[in-house]
Amino acid sequence: MTIRLPGTDVVTIGLGGAGGIAVLPLTESGIDVVGLEAGRWMSPSDFAPDELRNNYRGWPQSVQKANREVPVHRANEQSPEFARDSLHPMMNAVGGTTLHYYARSYRLHPWDFSVVSETARRYGGDRIPEGSTVEDWPLTYADLEPFYDRLEYELGVGGFAGNINGNIDTRGNIFEGPRTRDYPMPPLRSTKFTEMMSDAARRLGYNPFPSPAAINSQTHNNRPACQYHGFCNRGGCHLEAKNSTAVTTIPKAEATGNLKIVTQSHVTKIHVDAEGRASGVEYLRDGETYIQPAEVVLLAGYTYENTRLLLLSNSDAYPSGLSNNHGQVGRHYMTHAQRGGVLGLFPHRLNRWYGLPAQGSGIDEWADDNFDHKDYDFIGGAHFWVSQDSRPILASRMNTFGRAPRWGSQWKEFIMENADRWVGAHLQKTTLPYEDNYLDLHPTITDPLGFPVCRITAEYKDNEKKLARFTQEKMEQWFREAGAIDTFRMPLGPMGPSTHAYGGTRMGNDPDTNVVNRWGFSHEVPNLGILGASVMGTSGARNPTLTVQALAWRTAQHLVENWRNIAI
Amino acid sequence: MASFLSRREMLKRAAAAGMTSAVPAKALAQVLPERTRDQFENLSSVESKILEAIVSRLIPTDENGPGALEAGAANYIDKGLANALSKSHTAYSSGLAALDAYAHQLTGRGFVVLEHSEQDSLLEDLEQNLAVGFDPDSATFFNLVLRHTIEGTFSDPAYGGNQDFIGWEMIGYPGIRLGVTVEQQQMDHFPQMNRVSAHDLPMFDVNISEESGNDD
Repeated sequence: MTIRLPGTDVVTIGLGGAGGIAVLPLTESGIDVVGLEAGRWMSPSDFAPDELRNNYRGWPQSVQKANREVPVHRANEQSPEFARDSLHPMMNAVGGTTLHYYARSYRLHPWDFSVVSETARRYGGDRIPEGSTVEDWPLTYADLEPFYDRLEYELGVGGFAGNINGNIDTRGNIFEGPRTRDYPMPPLRSTKFTEMMSDAARRLGYNPFPSPAAINSQTHNNRPACQYHGFCNRGGCHLEAKNSTAVTTIPKAEATGNLKIVTQSHVTKIHVDAEGRASGVEYLRDGETYIQPAEVVLLAGYTYENTRLLLLSNSDAYPSGLSNNHGQVGRHYMTHAQRGGVLGLFPHRLNRWYGLPAQGSGIDEWADDNFDHKDYDFIGGAHFWVSQDSRPILASRMNTFGRAPRWGSQWKEFIMENADRWVGAHLQKTTLPYEDNYLDLHPTITDPLGFPVCRITAEYKDNEKKLARFTQEKMEQWFREAGAIDTFRMPLGPMGPSTHAYGGTRMGNDPDTNVVNRWGFSHEVPNLGILGASVMGTSGARNPTLTVQALAWRTAQHLVENWRNIAI
Repeated sequence: MASFLSRREMLKRAAAAGMTSAVPAKALAQVLPERTRDQFENLSSVESKILEAIVSRLIPTDENGPGALEAGAANYIDKGLANALSKSHTAYSSGLAALDAYAHQLTGRGFVVLEHSEQDSLLEDLEQNLAVGFDPDSATFFNLVLRHTIEGTFSDPAYGGNQDFIGWEMIGYPGIRLGVTVEQQQMDHFPQMNRVSAHDLPMFDVNISEESGNDD
């Protein structure tokens, strides 16, 4: 039996990093919101400092909806599928993956909004790689700046500003787009290890800077400062010093009295009316099927689920999936090429046991278009990052740099000496969208309810491979300058499920090549908004969450300001 | 938790035997006591002896101190087969039997009674996917055991491995601290070992018998 609930103004599908933001401007303006979330509320007592549970067992204390829907990956239409991952990269809970993310809260570089026009202006239009579907975003960095600013203060992001209204400050990222004011608090503290890396960067002529992070470096909004215990990497914060939406915007929205949260609700379909407008959402909870009617539907799942739910929501008006009459749902898929980092081995201990992945040293000299690409055969770049983040299982599973076998007494002797002498650098690399990298529904593999899971068809192209080689070489130089006795280039690997996945419901002015308009609402379904990295048209070279959140706030604010046009 | 001597107790005994407190690791190994066997719950007696023999070669007890056997890595695997590692139960049962059969085939004797060098040679065959009789193949089984042996040696002791913090001490991990000072994060500072399990801290509510989101 299906239970039809009373209607609401807005229903959001997902209360994570994106939906958990949008509910605040909506409810503060008096709009009634029902927030559907597949996971449950988590509390500080759930966040034990336990590496095995956080990093290797996929958070057994949370609801595992995502883990039953892990996407299947193949490189291209001719290639066999890779073995399916056993864990989904993201988690379900109120607050979503912002509960256990690194909380590195960057703004995208202005170049990332205008890759096509900027590349043409500087190097000529033929430098966009063949087969790429990249477009300029329908908004600029300046358009998004007020929302970045609002979120940095609303959530609490610490950092050093590198550019306030054009005034450059070398303590911060000198390449960042101009901001209107400083961060609300300083960055996380440095350590001798991070200072060693920063000093080496300066000797190479770089301008190193700490990462901005949505983690309290000091008491902020009545929540305490980080205590650096070392289990932040895929771990929740028992102090609530990590500014997930579960401890920031969601409780604040709840306090308005206009947000109703329904946890452990598993959304299976978005319904439409005879005119093709979204009419509500169907979900399962405790064995019952519910329909939640709403004036406006906001789809706020992760990249894979946003695409999947649209494709599963077919109807007479949308026979190949909701908002897919132009065949764009699932297109322009990207991940971040997060693999392909570099390892460094040092001749002394680093004492990286305590700290967190947002505490470190980064450079942007080889990111985005911060260097002249005239003599190179690729566009884009990578943000380089080394951090104060290690734990026992991770450390003991270290790469042995060809200096020891994988087990036995020699291995034991090697790790006893070196488990605390190595570090892995993250190189977050520009990845472009291509016409043959896409998401769709798997023809045979389903979740336990019988719904097809998402299928990824994607592989890195020449631009990404050249960029990886180039930036790995630069990273090796940085490690050597800091005193590393050995380095190792990690393989780029396949382009499978990722925590930094983009596209599938791209934002753009042209309905023939994009799913949502410049405000985040569907070109085809005017009262359907889509939130998340699935709307992003370029990957950037850094962590996407703050951009996702700024876009979510902007879409919600647009809805508030245009309620009568959109909700009618 | 096993009843074998703590490292601290070994140090005391070593000191009583006329050694300095900065006792060399080699001397420590010589005073390692006969270990009381863990009670295995999911693997048979035969299976658990083979598994203990494997983990003893993967992270051996040697002149550098105790290894995976003393850390209880086999016990960690056995306990996990009832919950988070349950999907690997069949792989262990069939893989351990296949290893013993392979040992008989090559040497005429069971794996556990072989010399260390013979055991190492057989394990190298598995690692290089040269051994026959495994489903799906010997390298898959070898990698499974190696991964779980490392988890069992270096994870929180609440899961039945890393007993007496042997694993954490092996690599110099100074233990769980909820509050970390500026000094404790410095490269030239090595905090004292803090012998605490996350699951002994009363503020956390943890059921270690949980199923895993992971299917191995």
